[in-house]
Amino acid sequence: MVNLKINGREVEVPEGTTILEAAKKLNIKIPTLCHLDLHDIKFVNQSSSCRICVVEVEGKKNLQTACSTAVSEGMNIRTDSRRAVKARRTVLELLLSNHPKDCLVCAKNHDCELQKLSADLGIREVRYEGEMNDFPIDNSSLSIVRDPNKCILCKRCETMCNNVQTVHALSEIGRGFDTVIGTAFNLPMHESNCTFCGQCIAVCPTGALTEVNKISKVWKEINSDKVVVVQTAPAIRVALGEEFGMEPGTQVTGKMVSALKLLGFDKVYDTDFAADLTIMEEATELMHRLKHGGRLPILTSCCPGWVKFIEHNFQDMLDIPSTCKSPHEMFGTLAKTYLAEKMGHKPEDIIVVSVMPCVAKKYEAARPELGLGGTKAVDYVLTTRELAIMIKESGIDFANLQDEEFDNPLGESSGASVIFGATGGVIEAALRTAYEFMTGETLEDVEFHSLRGMDGIKEASVTINGEKINIAVCHGLGNARSILEKIQRGEANYHAIEIMACPGGCIGGGGQPYHHGDMSILKKRMQGIYNEDRGKAIRKSHENPMIKKIYEEYIGEPYGEKAHELLHTRYIPRKKM
Amino acid sequence: MITTEKLEKIRQEHRPILEERLIKEDKVVIKGDEILLKGNYYKKQYRIALRNCGIVDPGDIRDYIAMDGYKALSKILREKEPKDVIEDMKASNLRGRGGAGFPTGRKWEESFKKASDKKYFICNADEGDPGAFMDRSILENDPHAVLEGMAIGGYAVGSDQGFIYVRAEYPTAVESLKKAIAQAKEYGLLGENILGTGFNFDIELRLGSGAFVCGEGTALMESIEGKRGMPRKKPPRTSHVGLWQKPTILNNVETLANVPVIMNKGVDWFRSIGTEKSPGTKVFALVGKVANSGLVEVPMGTSLREIIYDIGGGVQDGKALKAVQTGGPSGGCIPASLIDTPVDFESLAKIGSIMGSGGMVVMDENTCMVDIARFFLEFTVDESCGKCTPCRIGNKRMLEILTRMTNGTAEEREIEELKELAEIIEDTALCGLGQTSPNPVLSTIRYFYDEYEAHVMDRICPSGVCKALLRYNISDDCIGCRRCVKVCPVSCISGKVKEVHVIDQDKCIKCGSCYDVCPKNAIKIG
Repeated sequence: MVNLKINGREVEVPEGTTILEAAKKLNIKIPTLCHLDLHDIKFVNQSSSCRICVVEVEGKKNLQTACSTAVSEGMNIRTDSRRAVKARRTVLELLLSNHPKDCLVCAKNHDCELQKLSADLGIREVRYEGEMNDFPIDNSSLSIVRDPNKCILCKRCETMCNNVQTVHALSEIGRGFDTVIGTAFNLPMHESNCTFCGQCIAVCPTGALTEVNKISKVWKEINSDKVVVVQTAPAIRVALGEEFGMEPGTQVTGKMVSALKLLGFDKVYDTDFAADLTIMEEATELMHRLKHGGRLPILTSCCPGWVKFIEHNFQDMLDIPSTCKSPHEMFGTLAKTYLAEKMGHKPEDIIVVSVMPCVAKKYEAARPELGLGGTKAVDYVLTTRELAIMIKESGIDFANLQDEEFDNPLGESSGASVIFGATGGVIEAALRTAYEFMTGETLEDVEFHSLRGMDGIKEASVTINGEKINIAVCHGLGNARSILEKIQRGEANYHAIEIMACPGGCIGGGGQPYHHGDMSILKKRMQGIYNEDRGKAIRKSHENPMIKKIYEEYIGEPYGEKAHELLHTRYIPRKKM
Repeated sequence: MITTEKLEKIRQEHRPILEERLIKEDKVVIKGDEILLKGNYYKKQYRIALRNCGIVDPGDIRDYIAMDGYKALSKILREKEPKDVIEDMKASNLRGRGGAGFPTGRKWEESFKKASDKKYFICNADEGDPGAFMDRSILENDPHAVLEGMAIGGYAVGSDQGFIYVRAEYPTAVESLKKAIAQAKEYGLLGENILGTGFNFDIELRLGSGAFVCGEGTALMESIEGKRGMPRKKPPRTSHVGLWQKPTILNNVETLANVPVIMNKGVDWFRSIGTEKSPGTKVFALVGKVANSGLVEVPMGTSLREIIYDIGGGVQDGKALKAVQTGGPSGGCIPASLIDTPVDFESLAKIGSIMGSGGMVVMDENTCMVDIARFFLEFTVDESCGKCTPCRIGNKRMLEILTRMTNGTAEEREIEELKELAEIIEDTALCGLGQTSPNPVLSTIRYFYDEYEAHVMDRICPSGVCKALLRYNISDDCIGCRRCVKVCPVSCISGKVKEVHVIDQDKCIKCGSCYDVCPKNAIKIG
């Protein structure tokens, strides 16, 4: 243990503790900006680059950064001296001197850490104004908008993209005042190897990285003659409430449905229905591979960020992901075929809007092979944040809404589909079905706890019909890379693996309300997901009556010919940078 | 494989050949064991680091051996334990010649004491200060001195792998090093089982790609690792956690060139040169408005006056000395009034400058100190890596203020704002580059405040350098010859023949054409 003094008060902390953590113990707040520590997903951004957290350390010539300086015995620190505070304010003024002051119309208004810091430090004037960067805005992609002029070079996105996700799409280019975070060869985002997972957006403290906003397009459709149907992903219902001051993890499914109806969507459906469908297809596909000696392991394919990642980085393994489309794409396809027929509309008269916790879904919706002869299966994708803006814009008192039910036939879902929203959920849902399909017995305890939680890679074995099925779950693309490399080396013996690009799974998606580094938020959302599952009467996908009905009425056999035509896809090798 | 005996034999055989050649070339004086370069410029110098420059053929290892080369290494490998070498280095108090002056022995000891399966020893040959070329001279002319210094250091700290990080802009130095490494390996003085003692030490070259900041230790290591050359946060010190997270020693070229001599001639000899706290010599690149510019190696503690006047021959064209800038772009400007300051680490720091790697720019009375501060800052703004806010944006803002000052648009409060910003950048920047970049600003504000006031309050440049602040006036000495009228590109001069002419100040672009052609020096600058 190390003893030290901060602002005259003594504190004892373990060796290796930073000044910032030691100060926290004394409830002394040292402002930070570039620093972000997400222990649970092994993300620590300690670039020491912003210099906001500087403090005075007795005996040291210069001010020291609290976020990255380890304490030592007998240290005497002042976090509140004039010298430290003045330096901090000046550094912030410098950042502001090269930052657009368009807060009122910025996508991060009220959610910006730079804005908050400026308010907290009471900055009223920027003394050192001068030339400002004038980089082009990159809105080439369908998912992410990059405005380098709002970037403060905290390097959080770089750490996330390179160290956690191992995508290596973003890094610094140029030097000095002209330094900018960009892609290799400064290519537009859509030409880069970016997977559009959006985790850079999730950690960006300012408006430098935001989602491509589709709100006005959706309003236009709602107010057109077309039939506009909306579907919501499992992870939305446990996070949307945060935008309205509710506790993370609060289940707002019913209120969300009410709100969507008030917004003017003609029908409000549930992606969870399509998640049940995915399980039917994927479980059958797994059984098919087991039976016919297909290549194993089978990898889940719900996550478009992950799919793009394997397409760029493991071109020799594109035959192992399940060929299942992601649930919202299955939904989109059925909406424009089955539903269109049922409702008596032409497919082109139906507009499908997906509300997703994800920005990669925006890109996925435009993948040509997922289209339906000239029209897209999903026309627009909104993030949780965009939906919240629409609700606020409409003046809806969200917290006091009455619960409403999803419309049918594509609105009924099982508990298995809800848990798609958390890491491990897809494979747990698949097991619930595969077990019963393969054994013909009833699975009594449907909860597979070893597949849950925030560990980066989780492993479990389940014995079905005397055969041991080895399962792995990983979230975060860095973990995905390491597991795929293990498979490439022939060291892995898995039958099925669930992979999600975002740490925590979809609950931690790049389109969710900003967590600002508070990992407990993800855990609460995860809890919300499992609570929702527990509250469901039906907890297995194949028991969902609407699923049974659609197979009987329209699709035929799971993994059959029509199912292939409607619900399965293929993967495309992409350039490795 | 070469043995110590064989080495001695080469020395004895080759020395007369070398001497004979040098005598034939008539460029040296031979006094007993010593070979010294001829000429007044060299007479007053004390050359340790540059001892062989101009004397040995860098492409022939036998020349270096003839000058007692590899003698220290061979003796140490046979007779000394690593800890004894470190004790000697500590006792010598050789301080790092790259700029910060950290004691080399202490640095080695830190790495020596740190247990690790692998340690690295790097020579910093990324000499980047504009106008500095002392390292270049050693690398090009005496590369073996650096290799031997590194091998001794490697043995002391327990490293078997050395790197020389040399800037690609020094192609001759790169060639010279390549040749020297190959020869040393051929002679068994580098590589495995050196001199049959069981000690292994290899050296590889790594080329820098032109970033000034890569001369900073941690940025240099990032660059060797193949990453973008940006400084890391310290601590941890690189002697504990350095290249690929292993204990790593980084010594500058000049420091390493001193090592074999100290080991040969002994600690007492070394400490008898220079001052108590800064023993030995220092090489300076004496440039600017000095009569004789070039490399100068003198004992620490030699005064600026001796260097500039006795060796450098004083200011060019007999002009008055205004200031001396030491320490490269992040050094400070020392006013002429402090010319008797002894040059050593402490004395320079006391007056707001630094030793740096040894740049020494002489400035005459026609130098504008505000413009000089702006000039140096332009360099640091250009070379900032962009990682930390104070350096990336702060230096840019300082440059903008200084630019406003030199073009007459700064406001009065800006002198104080500039000073405050400079102090905060010094206090908060991440690495040595950022922390020292305000030095030219702070030292000129400290010693030449009146020039700042003149620029900002009176809107004049007393040295007549800042164009925007100049006013050309025609005095009564004008004879009305109309030559000025003919050369003026904007036709702003009027007057009748044989009468005093007038310049329209609103139109004048301060090009100075009239000033140059006036036969009567009637045009005055103010």
